[in-house]
Amino acid sequence: MREITFSQATLEAMSEEMRRDKSIFVMGEDIARQGGIFGQFKGLPQEFGFDRVRDTPISETAIMGAGVGAALAGMRPVVDMHFADFMGVCMDEIFNQMAKIRYMFGGQCRLPVVVRAPDGLTSGGAAQHSQSIESWFMHIPGIKVVIPSNPADAKGLLKAAIRDDNPVIYFENKILYREKGPVPEGEYIVPIGKANVAKEGKDVTIISYSIMMKKAFEAAEILAKDGIDVEVIDLRTIVPYDRETILESVKKTHRLVIVHEAVKQGGVGAEIAAFVAEEAIDYLDAPILRFGAPFTPVPFSPVLENAYRIKIEDIVKGIKEMF
Amino acid sequence: MTEYSKELLTYFYRTMCRIRLFEETVEKHFLNGEIPGFVHLYIGEEAIATGVCANLTKSDYIESTHRGHGHTIAKGADVNRAMAEIFGRKTGFCKGKGGSMHIADFSVGMLGANGVVGGGFNLAVGAALGIKMQERKDVSVVFFGDGASNRGTFHEGANLAAAWNLPVIFVCENNKWASTTPHGSQTSVENISDRAVGYGMPGVIVDGNDVFEVYEATKKAVERARQGGGPTLIEAKTYRIKGHFVGDPELYRTKEEVKEQFEKNDPIKRFEMKVLEEKWMTEKELAAIKEEEEELIKKSVEFAKNSPFPDASEIYEDLYV
Repeated sequence: MREITFSQATLEAMSEEMRRDKSIFVMGEDIARQGGIFGQFKGLPQEFGFDRVRDTPISETAIMGAGVGAALAGMRPVVDMHFADFMGVCMDEIFNQMAKIRYMFGGQCRLPVVVRAPDGLTSGGAAQHSQSIESWFMHIPGIKVVIPSNPADAKGLLKAAIRDDNPVIYFENKILYREKGPVPEGEYIVPIGKANVAKEGKDVTIISYSIMMKKAFEAAEILAKDGIDVEVIDLRTIVPYDRETILESVKKTHRLVIVHEAVKQGGVGAEIAAFVAEEAIDYLDAPILRFGAPFTPVPFSPVLENAYRIKIEDIVKGIKEMF
Repeated sequence: MTEYSKELLTYFYRTMCRIRLFEETVEKHFLNGEIPGFVHLYIGEEAIATGVCANLTKSDYIESTHRGHGHTIAKGADVNRAMAEIFGRKTGFCKGKGGSMHIADFSVGMLGANGVVGGGFNLAVGAALGIKMQERKDVSVVFFGDGASNRGTFHEGANLAAAWNLPVIFVCENNKWASTTPHGSQTSVENISDRAVGYGMPGVIVDGNDVFEVYEATKKAVERARQGGGPTLIEAKTYRIKGHFVGDPELYRTKEEVKEQFEKNDPIKRFEMKVLEEKWMTEKELAAIKEEEEELIKKSVEFAKNSPFPDASEIYEDLYV
């Protein structure tokens, strides 16, 4: 299969969907003239015009609110948030408007809005340009949240998100943009809500997503040398998360580890750990292990930023201690 | 003097009476403990929703506020289902999931009341963007109060609407009270319409208790928007006769002030005086309309009360498509 980057995969998904359906358009800061600050929109306005690929003012509240409003008028907007961190600026539009409109109005409308949110650590991005905030949205009924870890999923999940009639937040890791991988050409959909058992194993389950899947695979490889057979699950979707696949795996391996780049406290791992404790604690042969960032903003200096990152040694050590 | 058709005059009077009677009825049943939640009444401001919506068709959109019953009714929503929603019944527009603050009727282009002050601006702007991209001739109207004009949502929405030349009408209902604070105390300008200048759109002031003035100003703004002329800000000066919500102790003003305002400036009384003086309508005609509306509202309460509450099992319905 041909290999393209994560960024190209998102671009391919956008182009294919925009060709298919004229009601789809995308708007955000620096996306048209500039092609996106990570190049993830390059060439799109040349094919679809500056009407359907819209530069916006630096005005997240207006961008997000207008996305919701356009959906109410029958469009299928894709809204780019520039950096996931800036979702805080328009949080009311996201959680009080977009997430609630369908429910509080008794199902009178559909809200096919996709919010694209580049997230994660970049070198020196610091406190307001590096965050992973997916867990915020796990606590808000009414939206779906997807978070691909590789180019193929980037394409398949973005196409699925665009076709979904509900609001979907699409977290795309900034470092992953440059990552190359095999991506199917043409129609390729990754269903929302379905996790991927990326590597089968029998001794311990690592659940992860986005860029931390790399660490999960790495840990699995190292541990294999010690005879520990790791099952690696790529969650792919945070809301609704795939309870079935998680339970099935934990019942098989009897050990659960969750790894994410986001702050550990109150993170996605906390929800999954609680869910497994409720549903399958009797199957567990060791305490659940979670890896996430320390409870601090992302620091700037390379030394501090490095201290913030999850270390592969810690994951390996932690898993060994489970046996 | 402009001549108004009998049809339009009847619409004005019927709609204003319907809103007034609806609100008085809601207040009564709320105080009886039959309506849950919070209720914000539109009494004294009926001429604004009525004069604005007289210029709109079903395919035009409105975004409303927490004080949204009047807008809902003026846009043509069925009062039975509106009342049922406020009573929390299954037959309501939102199947009892929204209530007074989240009343909506998409079938007539009423895209929802909003529990967040200033929450509707950008939704209306986005709806207008949709209209423009679909090359429709419709417009999108956002109602808001003087208090909401202090929110960033107003400023971002006004800029985007003007920068992109979108068919939006910003209708400020300046009722002199932002919740419990008087207009001059928390707002930097006397006239909200002055703020339009900063966004490169026309800003006009009308007497919000004169349905004719509201109608004429909106007509111009709507025509302009339909022809691709972009947004307009209309400031309708009015006065909030009731408290911020039903049950508000109103410690911030005197009863005399309210009484005086209502006596001299009730939009319905002013309409009656005007049409009688101009001999556009007769007392008999007015009385007949009012009677019909009384009957309609009475029936809406019966409809609401006879409707079932939603079943508890419906709690998970309508969350996702």
